[in-house]
Amino acid sequence: MKQNGHDRKIWAYRRENGRVGVRNYVAILPVDDISNAACEAVAAHIQGTIALPHAYGRLQFGQDLDLHFRTMIGTGANPNVAACIVIGIEPGWTTRIVEGIAKTGKPVAGFWIENNGDIATVAAASRKAKEFVHWASEHVRVECDITELWIAAKCGESDTTTGLASCPTVGNMYDKLIPHGIYGCFGETSELTGAEHLAAARAATPEVRAKFLKTWKAYQDDVIEAHKDSDLSESQPTKGNIAGGLTTIEEKALGNLEKIGKQVKYIDVLEPAEAPARGAGLYFMDTSSAAAECCTLQAAAGYVVHIFPTGQGNVIGNPIMPVIKVTGNPRTVRLMSEHIDVDVSGVVRREMTIDQAGDVLIDVIARTANGRLTAAEALGHREFVMTKLYRSA
Amino acid sequence: MSVPQLLVHDHADNVGVVVVEGLEAGADMLCVVTADNSDFRLVAKQPIPIGHKVALADLRPGDTVIKYGQDIGKIVQAVSRGEHVHVHNLKTKRW
Repeated sequence: MKQNGHDRKIWAYRRENGRVGVRNYVAILPVDDISNAACEAVAAHIQGTIALPHAYGRLQFGQDLDLHFRTMIGTGANPNVAACIVIGIEPGWTTRIVEGIAKTGKPVAGFWIENNGDIATVAAASRKAKEFVHWASEHVRVECDITELWIAAKCGESDTTTGLASCPTVGNMYDKLIPHGIYGCFGETSELTGAEHLAAARAATPEVRAKFLKTWKAYQDDVIEAHKDSDLSESQPTKGNIAGGLTTIEEKALGNLEKIGKQVKYIDVLEPAEAPARGAGLYFMDTSSAAAECCTLQAAAGYVVHIFPTGQGNVIGNPIMPVIKVTGNPRTVRLMSEHIDVDVSGVVRREMTIDQAGDVLIDVIARTANGRLTAAEALGHREFVMTKLYRSA
Repeated sequence: MSVPQLLVHDHADNVGVVVVEGLEAGADMLCVVTADNSDFRLVAKQPIPIGHKVALADLRPGDTVIKYGQDIGKIVQAVSRGEHVHVHNLKTKRW
């Protein structure tokens, strides 16, 4: 019998809506860029809170505005957030985000700066944030099943060891846990180029396959073809990828796709930051391949743990979702050990099988869910980067 | 099994990946095919960094490079067995 299988118990936070969170943040969420200062002032004043400053939220419209609201509401609604303060410049959009987060049943309060000024807004929001901190800090972790977790994945600063070791390790974990009830998620639409036929073949139904291919083609046509001025060899693969030995987008994509395992099929294609709605299983999300954007979108969709295979050593973190780094590159282990949570370099030395590496990863997921800080958390990585679809009005 | 210097994903592949640091020209590499753990030997003709690819056959311009049993691009400059395959002699077929 396996020691680290799907029957593993974890200690986590059971939220009002039944979801399981592994962190217990009181988030201070700005609706827009000009409310960052007020949010950061509240977070500096009230210990135990975390501000999530970002660059957008003004004069957006259409699908881009929808994505903004989805990301804001989804971030506040994430089960790793116990309670949330929302601050915007005006009451309309602020209230819309507050009401969206409130559907989870968690405490949330909105404040706006117009007609109040920063100082009065910060004072009122700080008083409420202090209440929330007292309330949240009395929460006690309860026993939950590891299979109740929503676990997202995305790789970065990939190299050839990613496809040999760290991505197959993630795939092995998904093959072991998804059949027992976790929600999985992979994205990086552009970075599947060269492996799109293999990705399409992993769709659960012809309808999902058609949806995937439509999404992938739209990214090619609307983003890559519309804006490229070269064969993208300066950007995809990245300079880091090339230093690590990757040469073409096709090669990078084939390694990338190793992280969805050998057996599981994805059951739906999600818009950026869209919450999965077809039950437990693997989902594909239409995302950029930039690490912080992708992680931010996956956290906003409700994922509570993130697995990040890296070759050359991407240092990404997220403010509300622990990001677990996995590498199979022995040089990266030697030079950047402080960033690595799971060392699977034994795979390339043939001292460790992928099956054993998957068990090690499941063990680290359970320990991280129980409260162990990831390398990125310990090092203060809190990259929160909104995806923007086009210029504002 | 001793520690290999080169890993190959699939028997159809015509490149493999160096997985040790400091590989020098003339190194007699133990090469393992991960699909079935079979092995063979190959001499590296150049010093090749960890993570970088080595040609398993002589390749000419226009040849398709196969890795994971799949097409990863085309050769644009001749490369012989045991030599380094990277951005100087392999290009994408996309974009």
